[in-house]
Amino acid sequence: MGFFLETLIGGLMAGMLYSLVALGFVLIFKASGVFNFAQGAMVLFAALAMARFAEWIPGWFGLEGSYLGTAAAFVVAGALMFVVAWLIERLVLRHLVNQEGATLLMATLGIAYVLEGIGSTLFGNDIYKIDVGMPKDPVFLFEEVFPGGLLINKEDFIAALIAAVLVGLLTLFFQKTTTGRALRAVADDHQAAQSIGIPLNRIWVIVWCVAGLVALVAGVIWGSKLGVQFSLSTVALRALPVVILGGLTSVPGAILGGLIIGVGEKLSEVYLGPMVGGGIEIWFAYVLALVVLLFRPQGLFGEKIIDRV
Amino acid sequence: MNLRKLALTASLGAFMLSAIASTSAVAATAKEQFFPVLVTRTGPIAPNATPWANGFIDYLKLVNTKGGINGVKTVFEECETGYATDRIVECYERLKGMHGGATAFQPLSTGGTFALTEKAPIDKIPLITAGYGRSESQNGAVFTWNFPLLGTYWVGSDVAIQYIAKKLGGVANLKGKKIALVYHDSPYGKEAIPVLEELSKKYGYSVQLLPVAAPGVEQKATWLQIRQNRPDFVLLSGWGVMNLTALREAQATGYPRDKMLGNWWSGAEPDVADVGEGAKGYSALTLQHGAERNSKVVKDILAALYAKGQGTGPKEDVGSVLYMRGVLSAMLGVEGVRKAQERYGKGKVMTGEQVRWGLENLDLDQKTLDAMGFAGVMRPVQTSCLDHMGSSWVRVHTWNGKNWEFPSQDWYQADANTLRPMVMLASGKYAEEKKLKPRTPEECNK
Repeated sequence: MGFFLETLIGGLMAGMLYSLVALGFVLIFKASGVFNFAQGAMVLFAALAMARFAEWIPGWFGLEGSYLGTAAAFVVAGALMFVVAWLIERLVLRHLVNQEGATLLMATLGIAYVLEGIGSTLFGNDIYKIDVGMPKDPVFLFEEVFPGGLLINKEDFIAALIAAVLVGLLTLFFQKTTTGRALRAVADDHQAAQSIGIPLNRIWVIVWCVAGLVALVAGVIWGSKLGVQFSLSTVALRALPVVILGGLTSVPGAILGGLIIGVGEKLSEVYLGPMVGGGIEIWFAYVLALVVLLFRPQGLFGEKIIDRV
Repeated sequence: MNLRKLALTASLGAFMLSAIASTSAVAATAKEQFFPVLVTRTGPIAPNATPWANGFIDYLKLVNTKGGINGVKTVFEECETGYATDRIVECYERLKGMHGGATAFQPLSTGGTFALTEKAPIDKIPLITAGYGRSESQNGAVFTWNFPLLGTYWVGSDVAIQYIAKKLGGVANLKGKKIALVYHDSPYGKEAIPVLEELSKKYGYSVQLLPVAAPGVEQKATWLQIRQNRPDFVLLSGWGVMNLTALREAQATGYPRDKMLGNWWSGAEPDVADVGEGAKGYSALTLQHGAERNSKVVKDILAALYAKGQGTGPKEDVGSVLYMRGVLSAMLGVEGVRKAQERYGKGKVMTGEQVRWGLENLDLDQKTLDAMGFAGVMRPVQTSCLDHMGSSWVRVHTWNGKNWEFPSQDWYQADANTLRPMVMLASGKYAEEKKLKPRTPEECNK
């Protein structure tokens, strides 16, 4: 029982991080109808910026060994992500208003490659460290109930907590603010939103800025766990089954989808993996998502699409 | 003529002149031995593969500063593979005919080695896979163009069990023990399995196989299984980010790092540096060398290249584990050429076929190695037509939180009695499958 609970908790905590990355996809899709394939590259770019600024800024301003340097690096990396968002809107999206979804998707694919290339040119190709003081050692609870105790990874726990807070804040932003409502209006129909005076370009800049911020937080969390390196861009692939499962237009869907995928892949690896040789968790997540699609093509929480013919 | 046309004409003229000049330069330096360099300087594997490439190229440059190979200068060309097998094949096709023909290819990828193994015999170009590739390619009678010089993954598995047995106080104590193998779910990672399973029958330990899907950033479920089964030792066959993640998860699940042993692609600075103190006590096999910052060859490279601003990579990487692997890989290629020149003419450029003869007759004794600057770095290597591996010397180094160090000076050698029959069986199957007629010792001498 203890082992099952450990796997379950581990899956939930991993799932919360997937939700965070999936949220980046959902935000941009909701506001602009664009499936942003560059989300993974944004995570990598943001993490690289954070890691290198955390290295450079203390040296420039004599802040070595102080968390002030790390905080300053976070602010500068955040500002850089805003610049990236502005440039994406200015140079790419502005010219693609009212184009087919597939065109926009391909454009984001291009953005992904450009960001990866510029990221490694500006910040280097090595493994970089992000030290935000996350504890690395585990804690064992209920040792009297379960033999060996119930293992909780403190770092994963804190990361999941941060992700949960951010997800909560973004949900509020979308549901309760004027800008959030404007974002949703733009997602429904570009032309209709423009006709009632919603500034499309500004909305797109805002939403890409928010997605950039989400990418930065995800990058810091994953970078602190794994070191900042090229593989971070593949983290986005972990979020794809989440958005398939949860639906591309639903914030709660991204959250619940993340948790289901996180738990599903860990339990499948541990309990089904040994029967088929192991190493199944990545593709099993997609199996889970595709099974849902069989019954609910719009995902668990996605909006039902009805076209009149 | 307006200004724009004038500028265009001038540029065209300059381009043609430079083209003529470069053609003359090639003609003037015709005695060049071409070494293609398949590199991975981009993507997830770059932190590990870049020092290898820098070491490889620096050694070729060093040879040139010493007058080349009996007067023949080395020349190299890089091709970026991104560690993708299709791009490795593409690079091979692009480079094989350049500069008069490639000396040998070193793909730095087991998947790439599998793909090129069938191409090399057609093009008559040797494949040097020092410390990777197909383990059964040690058999030169079947794999006539493959050279897994210095050691194979099967050597690694055998030595890993020897090391564990030594820690336990003898092979008798292996009985009933549990050993887990966390491996990269690819041809590379799977190479370790046959020997571990074979030896488990002999010594009575059990093996738990735990594959990790590439690139290996998600291993929570794997390490929870380790926590549940509590193996006595964990062997790691990882590459790139997978190693780092494994050590992070070992720390997060409380598995003792001093019960973990990596293979030689799981024991370099990029694998542990970011984990720092968290990886303290973790050990890994080394293919002869470890980090060799005080070796003579490194001092020579620093003096001949870096002091003059001609080094290929960052100075701080010189002498690191993977940098040294690049140096050794290049050295083996160079020595293959040097040996071939003994038969086919000193000071001449060697063809791939001639280099194969050189690689099949390598005889690097300790005196020669010491004179070349490899004292303390490696032990002798002697190949033959039928043995393309040449040696199986292995040491074990341990991460002390800041650096790799050798806690003991023990050298291990794989047990040929175990490995040889396995090599013969697997290579025989390959020959049967591909309808190859193995070379006989008589054919070797032709």
